Amino acid sequence: MSADVTLVDYGGGNTGSMARALARVGAGVRVAARGAEAGDAGRLVLPGVGHFGAVMEALRERGLDGAVARHIRAGRPFLGVCVGLQVLLDESDEAPGVPGLGLIPGRVVRFQAAKVPQVGFNRVETVRDSRVLAPGYFYFVNSYHAVPADPSVVAATAEHGVRFTAALEVGALLAVQFHPEKSGSAGLALLHRWLSC
Amino acid sequence: MLTKRIIPCLDVRDGRVVKGTRFVDLRDAGDPVGLAARYEGEGADEVFFLDITASAEARGILIRVVRAVAERVFIPLGVGGGLRTVEDMAEVLRAGAEKVSVNTAAVEDPGLVTRAAAAFGSQAVVVAIDARARASGGWEVFTHGGRRPTGMDAVGWACRAVEAGAGELLVTSMDCDGVQRGYDLALYQALADAVPVPVIASGGAGGVEDIRAVLCEGRADAALAASIFHFGRWTVREVKVRLRALGVPVRPPDDEDSAG
Repeated sequence: MSADVTLVDYGGGNTGSMARALARVGAGVRVAARGAEAGDAGRLVLPGVGHFGAVMEALRERGLDGAVARHIRAGRPFLGVCVGLQVLLDESDEAPGVPGLGLIPGRVVRFQAAKVPQVGFNRVETVRDSRVLAPGYFYFVNSYHAVPADPSVVAATAEHGVRFTAALEVGALLAVQFHPEKSGSAGLALLHRWLSC
Repeated sequence: MLTKRIIPCLDVRDGRVVKGTRFVDLRDAGDPVGLAARYEGEGADEVFFLDITASAEARGILIRVVRAVAERVFIPLGVGGGLRTVEDMAEVLRAGAEKVSVNTAAVEDPGLVTRAAAAFGSQAVVVAIDARARASGGWEVFTHGGRRPTGMDAVGWACRAVEAGAGELLVTSMDCDGVQRGYDLALYQALADAVPVPVIASGGAGGVEDIRAVLCEGRADAALAASIFHFGRWTVREVKVRLRALGVPVRPPDDEDSAG
């Protein structure tokens, strides 16, 4: 497989880990650090580690926010990971007053569990058929979780004090709260399926 | 639900794993890349490298090791030992580690934890604490590889480290470390009551029952162990299968098995 994947690099994410994992499952990866470089992407990946507000600011500074929004609105294949899922929503408790991309109506709220952040493998259950998602254990590192206004966009859930959104899927848009690039063979298999569909 | 993590720790000196290992079928048992990949295959949830290289000049070797491991291993990699500045940490993270741990440098300058958390996010910053029980009760923090007492209370320091920005704590009981007769459960219970972030317990694992006890009664979120895996008594896979049979929530070693 030599699928062409464009990886969004806003300066703070775990671009390297994601690039290595995608390359491992056969993707040809290029990195887009400016909006103009992401304009003609076939498949776009928005990785994520960090603070909602900082990530939104970095995306805007580099003109990547518009590029991501145009890519998704055009119905082209998209994968968001962790904060790369959260910024798709309208807003987050992590950065009150900072608008997200607003592509998925809803908000991002903080866990009320005893241990925050959750760090480690959590059991993910799919709630409907998916060509990419499969139930299993995936690696999470997050203090916040997405609550979409329309629950039908939720494709998988996990539990941490509350049952929360582990994955969103709308058409060619897939976004996961966990890190497939750090979830061992289950994560690599997921990335491989995403590249193949 | 979130599972408890099993984290094998590899001591690395000048780019080589220095403790003994049971993996006689590995062509090079001192090769950190081969060992880390082996642990991933057995079901380890993370791998931790502790750099015990004495000289700062060998940092470049460590960086090359981290880069090589990150190419092959797709579970989180933690690296600690001798990191003293934000730039030291940035170099290790850029090479492919997910998290870095700081110990002595954080005690000397808690602001380092805050600066690192601001630069990389708290999830990448682990504060490692070496603690020894006091005759009068409680635990005292030691630095410089356990050689220097600080007079600081370990639970109090844990709370301040979290306030400073630590995303996780890696806490070693010096009384139990290397003895393989069980973890100091009271220490981990006190930490679980005191801090909201995950606590990784280290020091004392002699068998599966010890790991079960620290994860259940001790309420630790993860168990880090070196000797038990290196010296051939148990594989990560055996430990996880037995923990699951005992009802401890750990990820099954064969993660393709979705029935879990």
